Amino acid sequence: MSGNWMSSTALTTESAEPGIPQRVYPTGMILTLGAILMFFMALFSAWVVRKGLSTSPLEAPISLPWRLLSLNTALLFASSGALEASRRFLRAGDTAKFRIWWCAATILGVAFLVGQFEAWRELEGQGIYFASNPDASFFFLFTGAHALHLIGGIAGLLIIALKPLRQLTRNTATRIAAIYWHFLTLIWASIFLLLIFAK
Amino acid sequence: MSARGAARLFSTDHKVIGLQYLFLSLIAVTTGMILSLLMRYHLAWPAGRLPFITGGIMTPEQYLALVTMHGTIMVFFVLTTAPQNAFGTYFLPLQIGAREMAFPVLNMLGFWLTSAAFIVLLAAFFVQGGAPISGWTAYPPLSGLGDITGPGEGMGQTLWIVSILIFCVASVISSINFIATTIEMRASGMKMMRMPLTVWAWFITSILILLSFSVLLAAGVLLLLDRSFGTSFFVPAGLVVTGQLQSHSGGSPLLWQHLFWFFGHPEVYIAILPGMGVTSQLLSNFSRKPVFGYPAMVVTLSAIGVLGFSVWGHHMFVSGMSPYSGFTFSVLTMSIAVPSAAKTFNWIGTLWGGKIQFRTPMLFALGFVSIFITGGLSGIFLAQPAVDNMLHATYFVVAHLHLVMGVAAIFGVFAATYYWFPKMFGRVMNETLGKLHFWLTFAGAYAIFVPMHFLGIAGGIRRYADDSGAAYLVGLQPLHAFMTVAAFCTAAVQLIFFWNFFASMKSGAPATPNPWDATTLEWAVPSPPPPDNFGSTKITVYRGPYEYSVPGAPADFIPQNLPPTTTGDGGFPA
Repeated sequence: MSGNWMSSTALTTESAEPGIPQRVYPTGMILTLGAILMFFMALFSAWVVRKGLSTSPLEAPISLPWRLLSLNTALLFASSGALEASRRFLRAGDTAKFRIWWCAATILGVAFLVGQFEAWRELEGQGIYFASNPDASFFFLFTGAHALHLIGGIAGLLIIALKPLRQLTRNTATRIAAIYWHFLTLIWASIFLLLIFAK
Repeated sequence: MSARGAARLFSTDHKVIGLQYLFLSLIAVTTGMILSLLMRYHLAWPAGRLPFITGGIMTPEQYLALVTMHGTIMVFFVLTTAPQNAFGTYFLPLQIGAREMAFPVLNMLGFWLTSAAFIVLLAAFFVQGGAPISGWTAYPPLSGLGDITGPGEGMGQTLWIVSILIFCVASVISSINFIATTIEMRASGMKMMRMPLTVWAWFITSILILLSFSVLLAAGVLLLLDRSFGTSFFVPAGLVVTGQLQSHSGGSPLLWQHLFWFFGHPEVYIAILPGMGVTSQLLSNFSRKPVFGYPAMVVTLSAIGVLGFSVWGHHMFVSGMSPYSGFTFSVLTMSIAVPSAAKTFNWIGTLWGGKIQFRTPMLFALGFVSIFITGGLSGIFLAQPAVDNMLHATYFVVAHLHLVMGVAAIFGVFAATYYWFPKMFGRVMNETLGKLHFWLTFAGAYAIFVPMHFLGIAGGIRRYADDSGAAYLVGLQPLHAFMTVAAFCTAAVQLIFFWNFFASMKSGAPATPNPWDATTLEWAVPSPPPPDNFGSTKITVYRGPYEYSVPGAPADFIPQNLPPTTTGDGGFPA
């Protein structure tokens, strides 16, 4: 068989490449998250240090579009929830609902990105750009870095939905996608909380 | 290129990729060595003319460009690439009884990204302004402002940062692969505490790479943004460079130092831990004795890894840090001497009473221990903030780091090369040439770096292109000349190695599967191993990695995969 494994035949016949056990993929994903976490930790600590140095009135905190950011946060959490629901239907063998919820999670993820982009435009409207002030620099940096990771995640969700899988079984593929996706939700939640605390 | 050539070039076989890493680091080490010879020549004879330099005489900026490129090439593309990626990629799966790495395609991607990073770095020599002058540590504001701060700080520095960013991604990818392979791909019976110490070293090193290179990646991105997008993460306010007020505001150069050394100190252990693993394995193999205190060796490797993350501040004692912070970093730094000394004690314990075979790989392993001790001891001096105030940025530091991180790690690489050459190429290297190479390199390394300590104690400042103008250093100029002659001689000796390496590859005596009578799994397959390693043979491990001279056993070594019944007495300690 070939083509989309989301069709019901694919769900039953997809198999993994022999020799490499499926368990390496979740392990690899968790290790990847360790690296990404260190990357964001470095940025967070840089921000804390840099903020402590801001004494000039030119470096006053910027006002962020809180309402929009809160909405985006809700969208991303909803997306994570939809992905979990989707996996639950997969385990129950309900392919149709699995497909619907998987797509819903992807769309909510895209909606989050659009919302983040809108937040950037609001800042631009206030005349706040990347290099305007350290708070702005870090805001664009955090959201930009997170968005890049999320775009990768969306690509992953789409690939899993649309392409035939070679090395991964469907369970492994959906599992590592979910691990990554929830992790990015948590990273965003941390960024959001940090921004609130720094207000 | 033929289809077969391309298939081999873009192979996902861990053995092919391991060799690719090895050859990449051979090219890199040759490049880095040539740069160091140019530097040494200029230091000894500052007025000496060099044929290929415009104007004939090296400018201070050209000298600094050499310093930067030598350091960067050696640290990243030699000391990180050879001990970990070259030998680890080749031998980790073999030693744990696996058919492949966990992620073969990522393995290949890691190598090609590393190669791309190397090419981008070398490109810095050929752009306007040339290579960057800010050293391998690239401290801002020098590195953060563009070509206004000096030649090479324009495009050259940008290429340097891009190269490091690519290298970071490649290293993180490869470390994920190493860790996942070690955790998930071990053969049946290969418990963690039965893994060879080489595997343990690659495993711990991978964790260090995973955690530290991600931080360097973040720091590099911030530095690039400061340079190219006008942000002020590292560049301070009110900075005037060559009469021009810079538009940056309020960044912190110290922030870069913290982020950089949070990577930079673990990097030292990334370079040296694999050498410790190889040394442990070889001392046991060639003493025909088990490693003395195997569990302690595992614990100390881990302890060095953990402590390595808590001492970065000792690179910044003179940066005006609080004396309390300095004290903390100092105590933590000195505490690394404890696991290091435990390792050295265990190495000596492994040798004690053994039937020592002075083969070339063994000589290099012994050389590793000697140089690690010599270089390590000066680290305890530097760990004292009060002493460091005087020695900081002198040749004492240069001597220390070259011995403990550079030469020791390279001795580990040489030991590994002579040891595993028969396995990798199916032929044996010439033993006489190998021994000659060892003794001349061993003497040469000490001849270069021991005098350097005295130059440092006398106040000789590193990174100065020319000491001859400083009255208090003029008397030490003959020392510079001596070190330079020693460096040229030691470099020439490496031609013996290269000759031996390539000639043996072509026409060395054929190697048996297990020429050193060793116990670990890589010796259970033919030399060189077939593409699928163990083929259809199911590998089962029955015992620890270093069962040498077991009383009552028919031979003085018991391979890890030998079933208990075939050893004649119903089994040996598992």
